[in-house]
Amino acid sequence: MTAGPVIPTFGHGSTCVKENHTFCWDWVHAHWGDTLQPALVQHLELTAIAIVIGFAIAFPLALLAHRFRPLEQPVGIASALLYTIPSLALFQILIPFTGLTRTTVEIALVSYTLVILFPNILAGLRSAPPDVLEAARGMGLTSRQVLTSVELPLAVPSIIGGLRIAVVSTIAVATIAAFLLPDGLGYPIFVALNQPVPFKTEIYAAGALAVGLAIACDFLLVALRRALVRWKTV
Amino acid sequence: MTLADAANLHTFGEAFRFIGDHPSFLATKAFEQLQLSAAALGLALLVALPLGVVLGHLHRGSALAIGASIVGRALPSLVLIATFLTLLGIGFLNNMFALAVLATGPILTNAFDGVDGVDRDAVEAARGMGMTGTQILGRIELPLAIPLLFTGIRVAAVTVVATAPIAAIAGGGGLGDIIVNQASYRLSGVLAASICVMLLSAAVFVLLLGVQVAVTPRGLRRTSLGDDLTRKE
Repeated sequence: MTAGPVIPTFGHGSTCVKENHTFCWDWVHAHWGDTLQPALVQHLELTAIAIVIGFAIAFPLALLAHRFRPLEQPVGIASALLYTIPSLALFQILIPFTGLTRTTVEIALVSYTLVILFPNILAGLRSAPPDVLEAARGMGLTSRQVLTSVELPLAVPSIIGGLRIAVVSTIAVATIAAFLLPDGLGYPIFVALNQPVPFKTEIYAAGALAVGLAIACDFLLVALRRALVRWKTV
Repeated sequence: MTLADAANLHTFGEAFRFIGDHPSFLATKAFEQLQLSAAALGLALLVALPLGVVLGHLHRGSALAIGASIVGRALPSLVLIATFLTLLGIGFLNNMFALAVLATGPILTNAFDGVDGVDRDAVEAARGMGMTGTQILGRIELPLAIPLLFTGIRVAAVTVVATAPIAAIAGGGGLGDIIVNQASYRLSGVLAASICVMLLSAAVFVLLLGVQVAVTPRGLRRTSLGDDLTRKE
């Protein structure tokens, strides 16, 4: 098992904590600074790094596949299979290569984002209607201009759609990182489960933060979409 | 365990030796995991499939179907399993319910989309021929919805089998028992179990894809399957 920081004890504190009631606000208040907030920040870091790297890889790949169509089918099947790999197993399989490090966690998280981002970006690039492309070419736009001023803007809704799925599922999978590292919102849950009796408040608080983080990020991306896409989408 | 142990590629050789030395132990654990997964999937099917099909037939409750898929993705499996553990205690039931919740999203959403999205003209024509609502559902909507219905079931099944190892922390048993117990099985055993877990979910994926192709009406096969593989949920 992972060697983390000293596991906090729940034996002292209010009666609520001692008797392991459903939810103890006083525990959340007392341990926000040393447990929940750091876990939340780590969780955001894990997610943000995975999304940024995943996007940086998926975007050029999708542009390439957009130009060379034969690439699409093999990449599609490969990613469908990659997606079936259980996250816990993938983390473990990577340990001999990269050890119990954040790199291991990020490699796994990035792989899952690729599987989601690549097909969505590609579908977005393909979503420009043929007559629109025809008109753009008729106006004398070069193929690069068609890409930057027609295809890319029209791809934005699909790209953001992909980002929404990728962000929400990365936040979910990042909780599994706690099996390897004392990082992220999965770790407080892990610690709470390893008490003689599972400590409810910590499980619910960390769980609610993970779900809340996912919902908040989703809202932000929807707002981004509203700001970027000023035309009507079907 | 030490990092030196971890960073050693020879562990893979040892992992395969572990598989060779303990095939029946691993098979028993894999069977345990499949039992838990099957129970969870069965429970989810029982609830989500009829609900999705009926709502799709009535063209009602799209918000529920969309919501189910969003909630399904946003709920981390670890949170679900830990929460059900606090509610139901350690053992089989808590994990069954937690995994069933995970499976509900894709089944419900795809069942709804499948039935709801059936060509209205086809339904109109059937009604014109004098078919009742039940007949339309049974003879027109369900057969045409099969590709999506099975996509949902396949996604749910793979999700459940892939998540089941995590249930080991809540007494779910299965191959996860080995993965979370590195102290007893060493990294080689953990890797061996991880490899088995990967093979198991890949097998479920391929098997259900085969079933899906087999039950899809002939006319729908060519069009549906290509997009289907790249579809996420």
